[in-house]
Amino acid sequence: MAERKIRVILGKPGLDGHDRGAKVVAHAMREAGMEVLYTGLHQTVPSIVNQAIQEDVDVIGLSIMSGAHIPICRKLMDIMREKGIDDKLVLVGGVIPNKDIPLLENIGIKGVFPGGTHFDEFIHFIRENAAK
Amino acid sequence: MGVATYIKNEKDAIEKVILQSGIEVKPVYGPDDLERVGFDYQKDLGGPGEFPFTRSIHPMGYRSRNWTTRQYTGFGTPEETNERFKLMISHGQTGLNVAFDLPTQMGYDSDDPMAEGEVGRVGMAIDSLRDFEIAFKDIDLNRIGSGLTINAVASIMLAMYQAVAEKFGYSKTEISATPQNDILKEIVGRGAWIYPVEPAVRLIGDTIEYSMNELPKCNPVSVAGYHIRESGCTPAQEISYAFMIAFAYIDNVVARGYKTEDFVGRFSFNLNIFGNLWETVAKFRAARKLWAKFLRERYGVQDKKALFLRGIFGGGGSGLTKQQPENNIMRGAYYALAAALSGAQTTALCSFDEAYTIPTERAALLSLRTFQILMDEIGLRDTVDPLAGSYFVETLTKEMEEKILEEMGKVEKAGGMVEAVSNGYVQKEVARQAYEYEKKLQQGKVTKVGVNKYTEGVDMEVELHEYNEESAKLQIQRLKELKKTRDNNAVTQSLKALEKASREQNNVMPYLLDCCNSYATVGEMANVFRDVFGEYVEPSIF
Repeated sequence: MAERKIRVILGKPGLDGHDRGAKVVAHAMREAGMEVLYTGLHQTVPSIVNQAIQEDVDVIGLSIMSGAHIPICRKLMDIMREKGIDDKLVLVGGVIPNKDIPLLENIGIKGVFPGGTHFDEFIHFIRENAAK
Repeated sequence: MGVATYIKNEKDAIEKVILQSGIEVKPVYGPDDLERVGFDYQKDLGGPGEFPFTRSIHPMGYRSRNWTTRQYTGFGTPEETNERFKLMISHGQTGLNVAFDLPTQMGYDSDDPMAEGEVGRVGMAIDSLRDFEIAFKDIDLNRIGSGLTINAVASIMLAMYQAVAEKFGYSKTEISATPQNDILKEIVGRGAWIYPVEPAVRLIGDTIEYSMNELPKCNPVSVAGYHIRESGCTPAQEISYAFMIAFAYIDNVVARGYKTEDFVGRFSFNLNIFGNLWETVAKFRAARKLWAKFLRERYGVQDKKALFLRGIFGGGGSGLTKQQPENNIMRGAYYALAAALSGAQTTALCSFDEAYTIPTERAALLSLRTFQILMDEIGLRDTVDPLAGSYFVETLTKEMEEKILEEMGKVEKAGGMVEAVSNGYVQKEVARQAYEYEKKLQQGKVTKVGVNKYTEGVDMEVELHEYNEESAKLQIQRLKELKKTRDNNAVTQSLKALEKASREQNNVMPYLLDCCNSYATVGEMANVFRDVFGEYVEPSIF
């Protein structure tokens, strides 16, 4: 029986419109054999969570370039807990200063991958950590 | 990013160089290359300030006028931004390049739930004319021109600029604003869109028509290939997409019964500089020539000044790296050199810390000093288009011209820019190339110092601009007070008139001016358009 593909939703929360990184990551994940859904721009956090539930994804990835990653991630984790899906793997990428990585990990973001991360790194991380 | 592909032999000698636009560079160039590409001195080059302006739009280049320096500036409250404006001007900056925060760019007031966490973060927050009165206080608006980096709500911001200038006692005929106002590139590359393509292009047409009749020194559109290049396209595509976008705006205004000649001289361009030095210089030389030729041949423009490709060339954000951030100071210096060798009239440079966040004061000043060193110290003002006549540069300029035309042909085949953007053709092409580039970078096929070569393991920490949450609170407080103290009846009336004009296809600009003067907010005006036009739905393509 064919193994179920890992399903990932890539979200662009907030007003920032720079989606080069999100689209590059989407290409890389797809080429690695994952099923990738891209939300498009200007999404609210609740809407990304709803789409994640509807699409029954294994992984939620957020791309944030505006600097608002801490408040956005806090909100995401709160809503995920509320909806009972906080077992899903959450990844964040974008413009993330090094000093914020421990902060994000404390909030519950398991994978923080700032711009410039090698594709293999996050693909490997997803394969190891996604609950299938 | 944006470097060429190098194929080397086992002794590390370079066997092949392929520029991003797909042109192969030879080790040596001579007169036979000029012959090969059909170079004709009069037809392809001519003198500076002469058609087709390959060398320069001014006969005396930087001798007669230094370039205008316009560092992208704005953060927090209008007070903080005003302070930074004044600081930059006191250090010799000659124009402003205004950064708005994301809520303002997206037509949300600071107290809107959508604005949470973003107020004043990547630019200054503007809710109403009251904020412009603070931001532009003590700036000589008849002497200092302002680029306004705003697109979806550019019409609102241009009206507000006129309103603030008139409030300060300037005449609308003496102020110079350049709103970016290029919605098609937002849809392709920067993402700050609100309305569907058709009404969004109509709003741009309204600003062009209004400026033609009312604001003689304003440049209503700055067509920004810049951001499409940032999103991953090649230098040749950057120019071809920018031109195709400009044609879409021209066509909108021509359909209103105007002659291209009457308004196209106010168009300006915002184009990017990073990557290969030679490809960059050739890109600008080819672009100046092609723009003049297209306007003359396709649109029948005769007035010489209307044929000029003018604009702001610089930036280079995608070229900067988070790794070894101080290397970005050197990169910026070379990009500025490329801008000068390309004959940029106006320039700006991403500061070395911008791979992280908006620049600190120190970083912004360093960029300004970079320009000043080039022009005042090392001789970039000495002679016009110093690379002219080089076998290599002239050959490459001709080859770039061919590549640009080839890419324009592809968009034309896809139905023109409005169609090619609506159906996602351009977005897909750009995203594909961004991915291919990233893959090459990770495989080491292109070199980026500090990223995939000469790495140091640990990145040095740089001092960063810190986001101030207090500023956001202050801004929201001021907005609340404004809504209590303004004449709300006048606001309602002006918004109603705006809605009627929007529905009836009247030019919205005079109505926006009334709204601004009654202290209607950016969010209120943008929502009128949301109600009338609806919102853009993005094709889910990557």
